[in-house]
Amino acid sequence: MAAFLKRLGGQGARIVLALVFVLPLVFMVVSSFKPDDQIFGDLDSLRAFLPLGDVSLDNYTGVFERVPAARFLLNSVLISTITVVLGIIVNSLAAFALSRMRWPGRKLVLTAVIATLIVPFETFALPLVWWVNQLPLLRANGFQLEWTTGWMDTYQVQILPFVANAFSIFFFHQYFRSIPKELDEAAIVDGAGWFTIYRRIVMPLSAPAVATVAILTFLPAWNSYLWPLMVVQSEELRPVMVGISYFFQLNVGWGQIMAYSSMITVPILALFVAFQRAFVSSIASTGVKG
Amino acid sequence: MLAALDRLRPVRRTRTTSARRRESLTAFGMATPAVALLLVFLVVPVALAFALAFTDARLISPTPARFVGLRNFTRLFDDPVFYKSLRNTVYFAAVVVPLQAGLALVLALLVNAKVRGVNFFRTVYFLPVVTSMVVVSLLWTFLYRQDGLVNRVISTLTFGHFDGPDWLGDPATAMPAVILMSVWQGVGFHMVIWLAGLQTIPAELYEAADLDGATRWDRFRHVTWPCLRETRTFVLVTITIAAFSLFTQIRVMTQGGPLDSTTTVVHQAVHTGYDQQQTAYAAAISLIFFVLVLAVSLIQRFLTRERD
Repeated sequence: MAAFLKRLGGQGARIVLALVFVLPLVFMVVSSFKPDDQIFGDLDSLRAFLPLGDVSLDNYTGVFERVPAARFLLNSVLISTITVVLGIIVNSLAAFALSRMRWPGRKLVLTAVIATLIVPFETFALPLVWWVNQLPLLRANGFQLEWTTGWMDTYQVQILPFVANAFSIFFFHQYFRSIPKELDEAAIVDGAGWFTIYRRIVMPLSAPAVATVAILTFLPAWNSYLWPLMVVQSEELRPVMVGISYFFQLNVGWGQIMAYSSMITVPILALFVAFQRAFVSSIASTGVKG
Repeated sequence: MLAALDRLRPVRRTRTTSARRRESLTAFGMATPAVALLLVFLVVPVALAFALAFTDARLISPTPARFVGLRNFTRLFDDPVFYKSLRNTVYFAAVVVPLQAGLALVLALLVNAKVRGVNFFRTVYFLPVVTSMVVVSLLWTFLYRQDGLVNRVISTLTFGHFDGPDWLGDPATAMPAVILMSVWQGVGFHMVIWLAGLQTIPAELYEAADLDGATRWDRFRHVTWPCLRETRTFVLVTITIAAFSLFTQIRVMTQGGPLDSTTTVVHQAVHTGYDQQQTAYAAAISLIFFVLVLAVSLIQRFLTRERD
């Protein structure tokens, strides 16, 4: 009897906590379909969490009329996808060299890469703004290419600083080490080069590691705010999170804020629920010590 | 026989040296893109934080930066807002670190039970982690309004006897409100980390504890807790660094107000370095922040080190 009550208590706690985590998000999505006066009117009852009453897509059409939200979405999709793809290639190549090949300086590079893991981006974000503003840039001026200075307001300034990632290198390195080296030796005897071994043997065997790095690169890229806030001024290059923070400052209605929020959140939540196992094991892997 | 081997050896050696050289060159080529990018976008800016802090560099300036010695630091240590930002940052971290780590452990223990639907609960607790902090901040700005959902819930639960404050508008409640929301958003992440740690504990240890007639608390105290030592260090260090980096919530919800009660070190750095374009001054703040983060994570690693 006592054990039964204990289990009931445990389940009760789990359910209450689930409500605490999910209800604000439910409120966000449900409110995105309601006019502002009804959002406030429904606050006193459970109707706040139910899509009842005057439900429409007006808030969504309102967002698209007010700002180029589709452009922001496209920018974020583009930036996150390129960052993920380049990140997988660049970091796995480095990790391959570090984990499976013998060359002078290997240990030193690995130690240096691991040492950078504890440096949070926020510590050097501001010097980095100044720095990217000094970097040379090849810009197309009509049909002519010309060199200018400063990477402000470009796609590359939103992508390149986040391609090489110490954690991704470290994670690939640990994963590649678990693949038997005999495979390389056999391939070399068969006349394969190192690049072939990387592309045909090691990478195909590392799908779980690729998925982990993809998820852990995509999420911060999609959610990034501090960096694009400082280096992107023009609307055409603006990603979703900076877009919504400016949208908020326009003093628009809360229904539209919730509509924009849902638009940039629900797809990610859906991806998460669909690939839940991969997500959770990716996050868990960040805690694994090598 | 030996003579034959001797004749072979020089040939083999040159072949292996050339293979070695090729291996080294290929490896350099493979490592170069990542190493170059890390140098340009991490090592150089960290070094620049040190260098620029002693100059008068501005983000956009017609004249090159000049060396000004410790001027930025003397200005910084005379700035009452900087001390406030330092105090707020430490306050935020001091509350969030134990609260989030502890709550995450409770969640992990709750969903580590072998009952139906734990996977569902894990997923739900994790949803805010996948949600962007900007979106979470906007959502909670609404929930925290004087007439917002949080106060309506408080009033309903107390049968109308208690009216909640204007959470973000009152210097006394603004930071606690930000803390609560930040924990709500981030706790699922560390639940997963704890869970991974819990699942590495061998079941035999619990069986042995049961044979000794251990209570649930004994099991936790003498099996679970000691086995989580490495996970504990990781959780503490990552939450601390994330807490020190507090920025997005502040920028979106309060802009450091009311009365500088929520301004933080990173918020100050962005405010001076980006809004006011004083790169050198922001570099000085960044430098102090860098030293702070480094010191705290080293101290934590030292305190939670293996004791033999």
